[in-house]
Amino acid sequence: MKRLLWLLCVLTAGAAPLPAQVAIYGDKIYTMAGDPIQHGVMLIEAGKITVVGSASETTVPEGFEVHRAAVVTPGLIDARTVIGLTGHLNQPHDQDQLEAAAALQPELRAIDAYNPRERLVEWVRSFGVTTLHTGHGPGKLISGQTMVVKTADDSVERAVLRPAVMVAATLGEGAREQQGSPGSRSKMIAMLRQEFLRVQDYTRRRSAADEDKKPALDLRKETLARVLDGELSLLVTVHRAHDILSALRLAEEFDLPLVLDGAAEAYLVAEEILQADAPVIVHPAMQRAFGETENLTFENASRLREAGIPISLQSGFESYVPKTRVVLFEAAVAAAHGLSFEDALAAITIWPARLLGVDDRIGSLEAGKDGDVVLFDGDPFEYLTHIQAVFIDGRKVSDGDREWR
Amino acid sequence: MKTLSSALFLILHCAIPLFAQETPVAFEGARIIPITGAEILQGVVVIHRGRIVAVGPVESTAIPADAERRDVSGKVILPGLVDTHSHIGQVEGADRSAPIQPEVRVLDAANVRDARFRKARAGGVTTANLMPGSGHLMSGQTLYVKFRDGRVVNDLIIFREDGAPDGGMKMANGTNSRRNPPFPGTRAKSAALVREQFLKAREYQAKLERAGDDQEKLPPRDLAMEALVELLEGRRVVHHHTHRHDDILTVLRLKEEFGLRVVLHHVSDGWMVADEIAGAGVPSSIILIDSPGGKLEAMNLSMRTGAALEEAGAAVAFHTDDGITDSRLFLRSAALAVRAGMSRQGALEALTISGARMLELEDRIGSLEVGKDADLILLSGDPLSVYTQVLETWIDGEKVFDRSDPAHLLYAVGGYGAGHDQPRRVHSLEGDVIE
Repeated sequence: MKRLLWLLCVLTAGAAPLPAQVAIYGDKIYTMAGDPIQHGVMLIEAGKITVVGSASETTVPEGFEVHRAAVVTPGLIDARTVIGLTGHLNQPHDQDQLEAAAALQPELRAIDAYNPRERLVEWVRSFGVTTLHTGHGPGKLISGQTMVVKTADDSVERAVLRPAVMVAATLGEGAREQQGSPGSRSKMIAMLRQEFLRVQDYTRRRSAADEDKKPALDLRKETLARVLDGELSLLVTVHRAHDILSALRLAEEFDLPLVLDGAAEAYLVAEEILQADAPVIVHPAMQRAFGETENLTFENASRLREAGIPISLQSGFESYVPKTRVVLFEAAVAAAHGLSFEDALAAITIWPARLLGVDDRIGSLEAGKDGDVVLFDGDPFEYLTHIQAVFIDGRKVSDGDREWR
Repeated sequence: MKTLSSALFLILHCAIPLFAQETPVAFEGARIIPITGAEILQGVVVIHRGRIVAVGPVESTAIPADAERRDVSGKVILPGLVDTHSHIGQVEGADRSAPIQPEVRVLDAANVRDARFRKARAGGVTTANLMPGSGHLMSGQTLYVKFRDGRVVNDLIIFREDGAPDGGMKMANGTNSRRNPPFPGTRAKSAALVREQFLKAREYQAKLERAGDDQEKLPPRDLAMEALVELLEGRRVVHHHTHRHDDILTVLRLKEEFGLRVVLHHVSDGWMVADEIAGAGVPSSIILIDSPGGKLEAMNLSMRTGAALEEAGAAVAFHTDDGITDSRLFLRSAALAVRAGMSRQGALEALTISGARMLELEDRIGSLEVGKDADLILLSGDPLSVYTQVLETWIDGEKVFDRSDPAHLLYAVGGYGAGHDQPRRVHSLEGDVIE
């Protein structure tokens, strides 16, 4: 019996069998590439979407595994989280999102800390989240790197889409050190400016023709050089309006690709953010308002969207009794506060896919893209709707919020 | 003298309107969910002098001639929501000196100018049990309040018939109250410390009884012992924080040994011991959080707890635990519980009458019935939909939240200044002006 179970495990997980040929009918399919399709169907073969169209005009070949749902959407993307580096227990052994030893540690990679078997990964997957932008959290001036990873596999190597995508920084109270520097806002910016100047100098000297004149390889500076090159974005967690302006000032000085994270008071400086062309990954709609976030509003996402700023939504991170873990729920509350249904859905699918540079693979239901799909029995944002199934690369990876049915 | 006292009465009258709402208000045409009766698709609620004076279908409910008539067709009316566990108002209880401090009162710490009171009104919460935290085995006396638009804490307090502020006693077991001495280091020690105090209180109680009216024999007044005696005599309810299944059973054992009246709070593992909870006849005030975990003893927290307790026949109410979840999203708790299998009726009761029973206020609040307090909320749609907004909140016949008022909307959705405790005072030559 035990052996049989083991065999079953091997067959169903690990070295997975070839993805099935799957046909998914939806009363409504939100492709996020054009208008939603009424009574549509989509086909997935070898992990990729091959057809998305009207059910009446599409022939489903024989042998396809057929699924049906009221509403079909692309797999959801959580645009900013620490899931996988942080675990559901919130105990020291499952907290790897923040290294406290130094204020500046851009060299820390997300891929070296991500646990694909973490129960929290499985949990959010059951709510339709197929891709995470996860990595080092707020809480240090520069805490480390972030990555883009799918929620499906037991191996981070197989699951990862981009091993490094941003360098996470924090401004404001979250970056203030109790002992040592930075102990003030001015010092935070001075340290960052000095660091980037050092990196510029380092890069210049590294390109010297004479090998003996080159400075030794410096992992930290190499990482920040990729930010100055524009390859990695600087992801700044920041809430107060004046701190947001500091981030914009820094980005302008060094011509950095800047992404604002959280940004509780962004609605106060929307004009400046728009001019700086900085996208915002808006704090979870249900994040608690206190301290630096005391002025946050359920309407932040909709107000930034109205201002023309590219937005995405996130589950973020709360240290004590973490609640904002399911980005679908955060989008729902944003949709109930001024963000249109389709914008709220875009903010957890195609918009973050573009922001993270993975829209060639995910974010919409189009031929050639990955078979990442979520099946709902109603309006995805309604409290009473259930998720029926979640597919990643054409494989059913979850029966949805089954525990809740 | 008479003129003076009537002038005084007028002043008081303006400050704290005792018999406010001289004109009846009739809400007409809404879908009415009275909780204790069947839903009325097109109904009327009439309130007057702080009480509900009529509830019924449009066609058969008389509206007083002098009533202010409100057409609320297409809207939904529910009783004001009852939050059995909240920490808003910057409340405090016990300090670090001891694990058991029954003598401290939330009453002496509550700040009614806390912005979160305004937010709670925007969420449709009209009554709440303000509690001290769970870092003690016994952290103090809780306070039952209505979120009336008051200036001082007395304006909000619900008073018992004997004139004392109404409230329960907060207790906790499990990991939160385990600390360095004099706090307990283990669960067994936690239980022993609590039992020790209750046994002492029994002796104190016996001394009181033996003394009767004899001042000579009365023991010196002891605030802690007096509060514990209230618990032993069932004059005060214990609100007991507890997560793990074994900790829940420890509470039931304590209840049995000392004849306490207990409401279980949080009850994360409640689904594992639902039959035992139901068998003990103990109600549960539960919290719904978007994922299990956050700490070890909440690792098995389930959205299905409400359904499991309901199925076992145990009473269930929801709470915000605000700070933890937001009072403005209290309706969401019921919706998520229904998503996870609880009945719609059970979940709506768990927002209202069930919580009222746990606070022993069910004669006054928790349902729309003639004679009960005029605490109601007007919703834009179904209470279990994410898109539904609380449009108005009424307490004792007074409108305390109106979404169409920009000053109130600020607290409903947030924004600049929504975290400030009270309106800023601007000093001018004319005196204080509230902005």
